[in-house]
Amino acid sequence: MLPISDSPLALACHQLTKSYGERAVLSNVELSLKPGEYVAIMGESGVGKSTLLNVIAGLDSFDSGSLLIDGIALNSLDDEQSTLLRRQKLGFIFQAFHLLPHLTLVQNVALPLVLNKLPLDRANHMLECVGLATRVNDFPRQLSGGEMQRVAIARALVHQPRLLLADEPTGNLDPETAAEILSLLKNEIRASGASAIIVTHSPAAAASADRVLQLTRNGLTEIRINPASIS
Amino acid sequence: MSVHNTTLNRITSWLLVGEWRAHPVRALIALIAIMLGVALGFGIHLVNEAAFSEFSAATRSLSGSADLQVRGRNPQFDETVYEQLAALPEIDVAAPTLELDLSVPGQRSPLKLIGIDGFQSAAISPDLLGVAEDGKPFDTLMADTVFLSPAAMQWLKLKSGDQLTLISGTRLVSLRVAGSLLRARAGQRLAVMDIASAQWQFGRLGQLSRIDLKLIAGANRVNFRQQLESRYPSLSFTESDDQDKRTATMSRAYRVNLNVLALVALFTGAFLVFSTQALSVLRRRPQFALLRTLGMTRAQLIVQVMIEGGLLGVTGAVLGIAGGYALAAAALSLFGGDLGGGYFPGVRPVLIFDPIAAAIFFIAGSGVALLGSLSPALEAARARPAAALKAGSEDVALAPLALPWPGLVAIISGAAFTQLPPVQGLPIFGYLAIALLLIGSIALMPRAAALLFTVLAKRWHGLTGSLSLARLANAPNQAAIALGGVLASFSLMVAMAIMVSSFRNSVDDWLQHLLSADMYVRVQNGGDHARFGTIEQQQITQLPAVAKIEVTRHQLITLAPARPAVALIARSIDVNAPDRSLTMVGDPIKELQRPVWGSEAMVDLYGWTTGQRVQLPIAGRMQSFTVAGIWRDYARQSGAIMMRIEDYRQLSGDMNVNDLALWVKRDSSLPSLRQQLDALPFAATLEYAEPGEIRSVSLKIFDRSFAVTYVLEGVAIVIGLFGVAATFSAQTLSRAKEFGMLRHIGITRRQILTLLASEGSLLASLAIIVGFVLGWCISLILVFIVNPQSFHWTMELHIPSTLLVSVAALLLFSAAVTALISGRLAVSGSAVRAVREDW
Repeated sequence: MLPISDSPLALACHQLTKSYGERAVLSNVELSLKPGEYVAIMGESGVGKSTLLNVIAGLDSFDSGSLLIDGIALNSLDDEQSTLLRRQKLGFIFQAFHLLPHLTLVQNVALPLVLNKLPLDRANHMLECVGLATRVNDFPRQLSGGEMQRVAIARALVHQPRLLLADEPTGNLDPETAAEILSLLKNEIRASGASAIIVTHSPAAAASADRVLQLTRNGLTEIRINPASIS
Repeated sequence: MSVHNTTLNRITSWLLVGEWRAHPVRALIALIAIMLGVALGFGIHLVNEAAFSEFSAATRSLSGSADLQVRGRNPQFDETVYEQLAALPEIDVAAPTLELDLSVPGQRSPLKLIGIDGFQSAAISPDLLGVAEDGKPFDTLMADTVFLSPAAMQWLKLKSGDQLTLISGTRLVSLRVAGSLLRARAGQRLAVMDIASAQWQFGRLGQLSRIDLKLIAGANRVNFRQQLESRYPSLSFTESDDQDKRTATMSRAYRVNLNVLALVALFTGAFLVFSTQALSVLRRRPQFALLRTLGMTRAQLIVQVMIEGGLLGVTGAVLGIAGGYALAAAALSLFGGDLGGGYFPGVRPVLIFDPIAAAIFFIAGSGVALLGSLSPALEAARARPAAALKAGSEDVALAPLALPWPGLVAIISGAAFTQLPPVQGLPIFGYLAIALLLIGSIALMPRAAALLFTVLAKRWHGLTGSLSLARLANAPNQAAIALGGVLASFSLMVAMAIMVSSFRNSVDDWLQHLLSADMYVRVQNGGDHARFGTIEQQQITQLPAVAKIEVTRHQLITLAPARPAVALIARSIDVNAPDRSLTMVGDPIKELQRPVWGSEAMVDLYGWTTGQRVQLPIAGRMQSFTVAGIWRDYARQSGAIMMRIEDYRQLSGDMNVNDLALWVKRDSSLPSLRQQLDALPFAATLEYAEPGEIRSVSLKIFDRSFAVTYVLEGVAIVIGLFGVAATFSAQTLSRAKEFGMLRHIGITRRQILTLLASEGSLLASLAIIVGFVLGWCISLILVFIVNPQSFHWTMELHIPSTLLVSVAALLLFSAAVTALISGRLAVSGSAVRAVREDW
């Protein structure tokens, strides 16, 4: 069982640091997300963007600082509890889609529902929302890259998580499809009321967020996006 | 989709169905491997148990409900003891019995004839009472009547009123079939007649084989038995349990060996499940990482992978139990209960489903599948999801396989086990040593593969060769999984081939040594009671074509009541050169006064050593002898003692002989000798053969007795080749993305296929080289430990090079072709799609 919390913040990181041996990857990261807030994180390759997402997801540990998801301190949880937290409160979207190849689309989307013991008919509803209502029984191999990412969005939000983590969700897509996916993603996030962090290299992707943050060796800083740079 | 069905079972079934739908052949192969292993093991167990139970039941039906059985140390003893025993107050009923194995003209096997005292036996062995025809109640006491069991009547095509002809010595005895033994067991070939008539008709006046005793109510059986043993030291007193033990001891090693061999198929199957599961988990590593990311716990993931393997095991085991039962039913109807060992002749066993054995084999089948899945399941759960989501971490996942110490510990323990003695006459530690050597060697394969392929990679410069070697050298753990299946089956095949070939060659040498005469003559079917008297011996010696004659007298003697009888063989032996007629093991002592030579079984079972003084029962009296040497005997695993015919005759006064070895005069020929033998007055009772014929028949019997072994070995190899196909195809298909990339940079399909064929050949070559060495080591354990401890005989090592090289070439070819076929499938798709594939 997870501890019960009535925190006003979906995510709160304070002085978060993480090193691999001698190499510091995250230092003094400060990040807070209100419910429904959509944040983009940019940064150079290798600066630790994916590591930050893994740490927030409880898939990687951190060395010091504090990290609260929905008011629950991640470092107070054992492996089983952090798995439960991930299952109930988080949703994931990956650059490489990561759909299970031998499951149909509806089965792929329903995975979080089954794990959370929720009614499965929301899977069909989510596929309808992402425009794939007629293809529920198709397999991932029958889809284009954009369609696969739509399924991944449906899967990430189907169980109504508190926080969505998206790692380069448009990295494998052409600009046109990427724009379409970003629009869909934003709409679905808004509709679900979830908070979201999107890690991206793309200014266009970042521009769709409420706030844009830059990750450097020294931590996170808020930046502005020049609309003119968006193509 | 049901709204409320939200259990984890749903994910399990989705993943299972998805995986099996995507790779049905691989799952099917693993399932078949388990099924075959269980079916063979269970089937052989059922056949052996059915035959053993029936044989025991038949033996018990002969002794009935006797509290004690009295036997001589020689096949027959003086009947005066019967009167003494019958007069003892502790004895309620004493039933004398004369048991003879008699030849039937024209039949290959003898007929057991039992002479009983109907009045006494009615109380102890009612099954032996014949049912006379209406109006002829005294047929049971007539001197020329005999009662046959239904199986004997069917075998000899006789019915009530017909005449049965039997051979007594070289004389024909004709008896009228007076009725049937209605209570004889199915398949039991038996003849019963009045004991006095049997003694008279077959020249055994005053002799008995056995006395069955029923004690009065309240008699202390143990005390009474001890009293009798001290009063009659030349007799043995046994209970029915002893009889069962003798039957069990006789065939136990053979039955256990056959079961172990059947389990080899199950072991190979277990390895196949492991490699199937390991490669499948490896391929789906990112998928499992995703499930962990979505919230599946480690325990749930372990359960998921274990369920996959367990379901294969349970299904395979259930099908295997059913298949084993069907196999046993087919084997019993085709071959009877004798699977080639010759331990259960003439029984017609009834197949009974043994629920306990079924449960054990079911647990073994499911258990090995679960065990094979355990390591992959743990790896899947241990993997860190963030890292496992990225491709390229597969060989890291298998890193624990490359640890050398588990393999080294297994090999060292295996070597130590070879030094341990048998457990209750069974080479348990020998089997364990083989299993440990096999497991240890397979465990060291990643190291061996990395070492060898790294060295080769540095010296190789061609494109496809370099790519193959680079892959094998840098991903040795994946290579080792493919290698393990080939190694297990090939090394076991090498070991079995060397063992069988060593055994066959040694038997052949032994036969050639033993059969030095031009012609061998005996009364039809041989046996203890088929004998030549002095007159017949003289008549044969005087035949014009005969230059020289050597005689053999053999009978069974009992040295320990709980052990099967030992063969006592008296023949002409040169004391100073026993190795002329016997295959000696070690140096014999020469020029002894009264020497005997014991077979190797006498050393193992009775602790005989050269130079030891021993007491043997000769004609009812214990006589002293000195063990002059140990010889090799492949005919009798319960023990055999060779002595000089002169000593035997002097001590026993028995001038009869069973076998004659004849040498033809230089100016005569074998056809003339045959003509002269055919002209003898007792020619109808004779059978004779030249050494070549005996040798050929003996080797045919040898091959027949190993037929089941060959079948089991063949199945293990087929399962091993399944393993090759499964592992190569799994690995090749999982590399579709890599091949797609290679084609993008300009490598042709043909080059990729060449690359795969060379990988397959390189791996198979390493497996063959290591398999030869490992197989040779295992064969040493089989030849020098398992065989002597099981059957009490040794043999010379012989390596069947042609056979092994042929199988190795076939294996190499199969591996290359399998890799090629798998490769064709992998590169048949679009290169663009292969690179874009998610997993």
